[in-house]
Amino acid sequence: MHINKDLVAASATPLVLAILAEGESYGYAILKRVRQLSGSELEWTDGMLYPLLHRLSRLGYVTTEWRTPPEGRRRRYYAITEDGRTALAEQQRQWATVTRALGDVWRDSGRLPMALGEA
Amino acid sequence: MDGVELQIAEWRTYVAKAPAVNGRDIHELEAHLRDQIAELDAAGLTADEAFLVAVKRMGDLDTLSREFAREHSGRLWKQLVLRGEDEAARPSSGWFEALAFAVAAGVVAQVVRLAAEVSDGEPRWLLPNLSLFVLPFLAGYFARRRQLDLRGWALTAAPFAVAGLVVNLYPYSAGSATELLVGLHLPVMLWFAVAYPYMGGTIRSHERRMDFVRFTGEWAIYYVLIALGGGVLLGLTALILEPIGPDVAERVFEWVLPSGAAGAVIVAAWLVESKQHVVENMAPVLTMIFTPLFAVMLTVAAATYAVTGVADAFDRELLSVFDALLVVVLGLVLYAMSAREPSQPAGLMDRVQLLAVAGALVLDVMVLGAMVARIGDLGLTPNRVAALGLNLVLLVNLAGTAWLSMRFLTGRIAFHRLERWQTSYLPIFALWAATVVAVLPPLFAFT
Repeated sequence: MHINKDLVAASATPLVLAILAEGESYGYAILKRVRQLSGSELEWTDGMLYPLLHRLSRLGYVTTEWRTPPEGRRRRYYAITEDGRTALAEQQRQWATVTRALGDVWRDSGRLPMALGEA
Repeated sequence: MDGVELQIAEWRTYVAKAPAVNGRDIHELEAHLRDQIAELDAAGLTADEAFLVAVKRMGDLDTLSREFAREHSGRLWKQLVLRGEDEAARPSSGWFEALAFAVAAGVVAQVVRLAAEVSDGEPRWLLPNLSLFVLPFLAGYFARRRQLDLRGWALTAAPFAVAGLVVNLYPYSAGSATELLVGLHLPVMLWFAVAYPYMGGTIRSHERRMDFVRFTGEWAIYYVLIALGGGVLLGLTALILEPIGPDVAERVFEWVLPSGAAGAVIVAAWLVESKQHVVENMAPVLTMIFTPLFAVMLTVAAATYAVTGVADAFDRELLSVFDALLVVVLGLVLYAMSAREPSQPAGLMDRVQLLAVAGALVLDVMVLGAMVARIGDLGLTPNRVAALGLNLVLLVNLAGTAWLSMRFLTGRIAFHRLERWQTSYLPIFALWAATVVAVLPPLFAFT
C-alpha cells in the first residue's frame, strides 16, 4: 500500500512526538520505531526527519543534547518537553476527531467497515 | 572497511556543499548513515551495497537541502542569496535593475534640488516630503524583484499615495510643530511600507518579518559604509578642485550629494540582497562588540540617574537624546536576535543582552516619569504626545522582551517565543508612526 505524501507529512509531527513521549531517542532509532509501528508501510525519506526534529526543537517541544553512549557512536539525543506533551495532546485530539468522522461516514456508507479501526 | 570510509568522506564533502546544512547537521546525518550501514552489514549486505542503500534512503540532496533551508530561516536567507547568485549568472538581471532604480532616484533627487533652489533655498514642502522622493523607488525595486502581480503593485503603492496626499493636503500653520513631527515619522512609516514588497506580500509570515529586520540592519550597515566611502571621495575631490576655485567644489557637492544619497538607498538594498554572505560574517561580530558596550553604558546611566534623581536633569533636549538611545538599543536587540541561531541554548550573550534591555527599561521608566511630570505642569503639546507615545510603545516592547528573556534564560520557554514577540510587535511601530503622521496634526489643529 502506498500512503499519500500529504498524509505522511501530516502524521510526521504527532508520530515523532509520540515516540519521544515513550522516552528520549535519536534520529536513527526514531525512524526504526516508525517503521516498526507502521509495519514498514509509512515510507519516510530518512534525511527529512532531521529538519522536522530541528523544527520541534526550535518550537521548544523537544530538547537536544549530543552524547556518546558507552558503546556506540556520538549521537544527538532528543527528549520531549512539557510544551511538547501539550502539543502532542492537542494533536491527539485533532486526529481522534478526524478518524472518528471518517469512521462514522464510512461505516454509514457501508464500505470499508473495518479498515479504519486499525488505522 | 577503508573503501566505505572513503565513500563516507566523499559523501560528507558532497553534503557540505548544501548551503542550508551546517557542520553539526552533517555530523548528525553521518551518525545516521553509519547506523544504517552497520545494520545493513549485519543483515548480510556487502559494504558497497550497504553504503548505496543507506545513501539512497537518506534522500536526494536537493530536496534535503530545501527542507533544511525551510526550517532554518536564517540559513534560508543564505539560500535566497544563492539563488540570487544563480540569477546573476544570467546576463544583466540583478544589478541592472538596481542601477535603473538607483539612477531614477538620483534624477528625482536632482529635480527636487533644482525645484527647491527655484523657490528660494529650503521651502517648507521639502522636509516632510523627503522620504517620499526616495523610498517609492526602493519599494518599486522590491516589487519588481519579487515579481508582484497587479494587486501586489497596487497594495505597494497605496501607502505612498495616501502618505503623499496626507502630508501635502494638510493645512499646516507656519513653523508648525506637527509638520516637523511628520517629517520625522514619515520615513519610519514608509520604511514599513517597503516591508510589503520586500516580503513579496506575505506580511503575515513571522519568518519573513524576521528577514525584514535582518535586511534593515544589514541595509543600515551598507548605507553607512557607502556614506563613509562617499565622504572620503568628496573630501579628496574638494582638495583637488580647490586650486581651480573654491566655488567649484561646492558646485560639485550640490550636484553629487543629493543624488548620491538617494541612489545609495537602492544600491545598499541591492548589496544586501546579492552580497549577503559578506555581511553575514559581520553581523554577529558587530552585535557581539556593541551589545556589551551598550549594556555597560545603559547600566551606568540607569544607576547614575537612579541615585541622582531625574526631576531636573531631564530637559527637552536630553529627553530626545534618550528617545534616540532607546530606539538604537531596541534596533540592536532586534538585529542581534535576527542574527542568532534560534536553536542554540541560552548563553552569555543572551545574559548581556538582558542586562542591556533591563537598563533600557529602567531608563525608559524614568524618562516616562519625567515626561508625565512635564505634561502635568505644562499641558499637552504635539511634541509631548509624540514623545510620550513613542516611550510607551518602547516600554511595552522592552518589558515584554525582558520578561521573555528571563523565562528563556531560566529554560522555561524556547527562544522562538522571544522572536515571535518581536515579529508580532513590528506592526505596532508602523501603526504608531502612521498615527503621528495622519492623526496628530488634525488633533492639534495643524499647529
